[in-house]
Amino acid sequence: MNSPLLEVTDLTKFFPVSGPGIFSRERGINKAVNGLSFTLNKGETLGLVGESGCGKSTAGRTILKLYDPTSGSIKFEGEEISGYSNQKMKPLRTKMQMIFQDPQSSLNPRQSVGAIIAASFEVHGIKPEGGVKRSVQELLERVGLSAEHYDRYPHEFSGGQRQRIGIARSLALRPKFIVCDEPVSALDVSIQAQVVNLLTDIRDDFGMSYLFIAHDLSVVQHISDRVGVMYLGKMMEIAPTESIYSSPHHPYTKALLSAVPIPDPVLERKREQIVLQGDLPSPMNPPSGCVFSGRCWKATTKCFEVEPKLTKVGKAEVACHFPE
Amino acid sequence: MSGLLTYISRRLMITIIILLAVSFTVYVIFALLPYDPAALTCGKNCNDPGIIAANRIRLGYDKPFWVQYWIFLTGLFVGRDFGSGAAAIHCDAPAFGYSFQQHACVTDLLGQALPVTVYLAIGALILWLIVGIGLGIISARFRGKIWDTLSTAFVLVGTSLPTFLTGLILIVFLVIKLPGSPFPADGYTAPEEDFGQFLLSMVLPWVTLAFAYAAIYTRFVRSQILEISTEDYIRTAKAKGLSDRMILGKHTLRAALAPIVTMAGLDFAGLLGGAILTEAVFNLPGMGRLSLTAVVDIDLPVIVATTIVAASIVVIMNMILDIVYAFIDPRVRV
Amino acid sequence: MSLLSVRDLRVEFKTPDGIVKAVAGVSFELKQGETLAIVGESGSGKSVSNLAYMGLLPQSKTTITGSVILETEDGPVDLIGLAPEKLRAIRGKDIAMIFQDPMSALHPYYTIGDQLIEAHQVHNDVDKKVSADRAIELLTLVGVSNPAERLHSYPHQFSGGMRQRVMIAMALMNNPKVLIADEPTTALDVTVQAQILRLLRDIQDQFEMAVILITHDLGVVAGAADRVNVMYGGRLVESAEVGELFKDPLMPYTVGLLDSIPRMDKGHGNRLKAIPGQPPSLITLGDGCAFAARCSRKAELPEGTCETSPDLIAVKKEHLVRCHLYVGKGK
Repeated sequence: MNSPLLEVTDLTKFFPVSGPGIFSRERGINKAVNGLSFTLNKGETLGLVGESGCGKSTAGRTILKLYDPTSGSIKFEGEEISGYSNQKMKPLRTKMQMIFQDPQSSLNPRQSVGAIIAASFEVHGIKPEGGVKRSVQELLERVGLSAEHYDRYPHEFSGGQRQRIGIARSLALRPKFIVCDEPVSALDVSIQAQVVNLLTDIRDDFGMSYLFIAHDLSVVQHISDRVGVMYLGKMMEIAPTESIYSSPHHPYTKALLSAVPIPDPVLERKREQIVLQGDLPSPMNPPSGCVFSGRCWKATTKCFEVEPKLTKVGKAEVACHFPE
Repeated sequence: MSGLLTYISRRLMITIIILLAVSFTVYVIFALLPYDPAALTCGKNCNDPGIIAANRIRLGYDKPFWVQYWIFLTGLFVGRDFGSGAAAIHCDAPAFGYSFQQHACVTDLLGQALPVTVYLAIGALILWLIVGIGLGIISARFRGKIWDTLSTAFVLVGTSLPTFLTGLILIVFLVIKLPGSPFPADGYTAPEEDFGQFLLSMVLPWVTLAFAYAAIYTRFVRSQILEISTEDYIRTAKAKGLSDRMILGKHTLRAALAPIVTMAGLDFAGLLGGAILTEAVFNLPGMGRLSLTAVVDIDLPVIVATTIVAASIVVIMNMILDIVYAFIDPRVRV
Repeated sequence: MSLLSVRDLRVEFKTPDGIVKAVAGVSFELKQGETLAIVGESGSGKSVSNLAYMGLLPQSKTTITGSVILETEDGPVDLIGLAPEKLRAIRGKDIAMIFQDPMSALHPYYTIGDQLIEAHQVHNDVDKKVSADRAIELLTLVGVSNPAERLHSYPHQFSGGMRQRVMIAMALMNNPKVLIADEPTTALDVTVQAQILRLLRDIQDQFEMAVILITHDLGVVAGAADRVNVMYGGRLVESAEVGELFKDPLMPYTVGLLDSIPRMDKGHGNRLKAIPGQPPSLITLGDGCAFAARCSRKAELPEGTCETSPDLIAVKKEHLVRCHLYVGKGK
């Protein structure tokens, strides 16, 4: 039994929100990630879905130590990295990378594409065989661009192409693990398919593991082996992909799935939609007990008082007192 | 509304603390200067050690630093005596000290100089706001056309010409070379004495001081308006069917107002500390001239006083602006 | 009954890089009570075409030609070339528009009550109290609780979904005949999207409004639209009733688009059929078919066919397509 590539246990990330006033009294704490646990195996793709404020992006960044966790454990290849300083993280960064959401703002407009990708090598002092330039050009070709693009600047490319550049950059050091933070949300629909295919190909060719964070459930389903559903900083349900989509156990998962419109007029108009009432509560004021209790149609007194733990139900792990 | 009141009281408290800190800091700085305040009290070229020693005791410069500061601070509230007995000099509250070179309580000197600067600053402020905002709106509205180009030229000239040059040019062409010019070349007449002459004596200084600011504000207002016009809520306003004038007046300007108010407030506060160049060119007896003379003569009590007053005005203005801003932008009031 | 008749609408922008032909001859009809979805990606012209006849495009360096006839109480009016004051009288009254990002679409310094009342006061010479009552009525309708109190709230005190409801209420203040919704739910969470789409549907029934729904999301189209116009490169390339479009898409772009969307109901793991290449530049786009460069079926036609622009032909009843593959097959 191989040990998992990534093991996250009870991860929290809180952001203090300071109020106006002389002594900057703390107005509250934004509990962006509030107790997250999961494992990721080598070669696996775990999709992380949820709506605004659920903490999925914060979780991705905290796992990569772009933020320091407030508490909890992050084990990468068995090594506990949650307390590591930037200095200690540096050698590990060749193994864990990130692809960002906005292809426009995540590339330095003043650097050529070649320089952007080459920076990965330079920062870690790695000299690939055949030279940096050759490696960069190979990467450009691997992601569907051409070697001549080496000297061009980001503004000369379209959104989809810029995202490919971002992917090339993250690939440069052949990481084992990539966090994809909404990699296709900012792209046109016809380009999304191209980039999703590219990500799938790369994963298969290099045996990469992905943490695929997105709000678009259809895309996540397509690329992930397992999917985790987050709400207000906590994991509601985590299960193999087929299980989540065919038989969701958590009421929130059901509501979320039912809200996604299906591109088929007959099916879309026929099916029963669960429309949730009310708005997402603020992550500064998560409800006590189950975080979903305020909007759940099945909530009982117990749900408002006792927080459910992730328990096995069928193939899934569900945090609910009354799973479907 | 209670949110607003809490906000105001917080700002008030913090301002008082800052004012104390300011007065202390200035006092420390001057205490550290390599000048013997006692030696300066009998004029620049005075060397009689007897008088100096006597003055040192009279004025309390022999006491420890903390005591001196405490005496200074209390003097601000209750007035202060310099020396004792028959030769004592009394200055009423707020007592900033006593200037031996000018033989007057500093507070009285401030009292004469401050109004002049205030009139100068207010007049200039009104003038530059009218011109700056007006021209800014016009050049945004007629972007790329003749008015915009003209105002760009104005901006260029206004920001390049140093204040004293503007003032001298005005004097040369509107006073010296203009036969029968109503404007005095320099000098100041208090409004209580002769209001007409007061106005005439202030027109050129107002124009001089306002010129550079008007140029800066024109540019700023123009860019603010153009930037805000691209905001989504302006598009919403258009989609509702509002006329261009209504959009400009109600939506665009209101949004542009906030940074303009802040800028104008701070510029005004800075001027109240003394518009040194303008006052020098037009020979106006304001705070600028007072500070300048004091520095040249090394009249320490006056320098300390003008510094503290100028700094305090800025601090208080900051507080006022914060409160005004909360009235303009509701998002700040939380 | 056609509420809106758009004929050969063209929009061009003069830019330093050349003339951008953002909309290159679009024609369609909108019937009363109908929901017409206009689907396309960035650069397709779906937003620009509607902003054009609303008079919401910047005036300098923009050329708009064609005709857009709106049926008003005073008879048909051509919105193109209409005097600005007359267009303003129609904008927000007969035709209302809501936009994509509710976070930035409301003025941050004014209460929502002020902004709602303003929308009404611009077109109605009545007491402010009347407008306020109407605002409360509409806020209730769109699902804002405590509407009378909320009139005094500021936009930043509402969530995204709530703000979009306020925007919808604002659009309805003057009982418009046509509501143009430009990507109204794109910036919202999917559960909130479901709420808003349901709301739009309910309102449309109640007000007998026609809705133009501009979107790139085919799922939204499937659930909300009666008819669909597909746009590409500034042109209308296919138009059909919604069931018909999904069942029998004709234009290769439409086919490609439908094939490239990951579907939750179709199982996972298979490769997505992506459309190769990039959307065209609207400056250099010549007269030929806009999609030719990316079309997989170009080879089926004699060489050079796709260099001329095909006409919009009715291949079946109410199903129009602009593609050389169907020339000669029209009815």
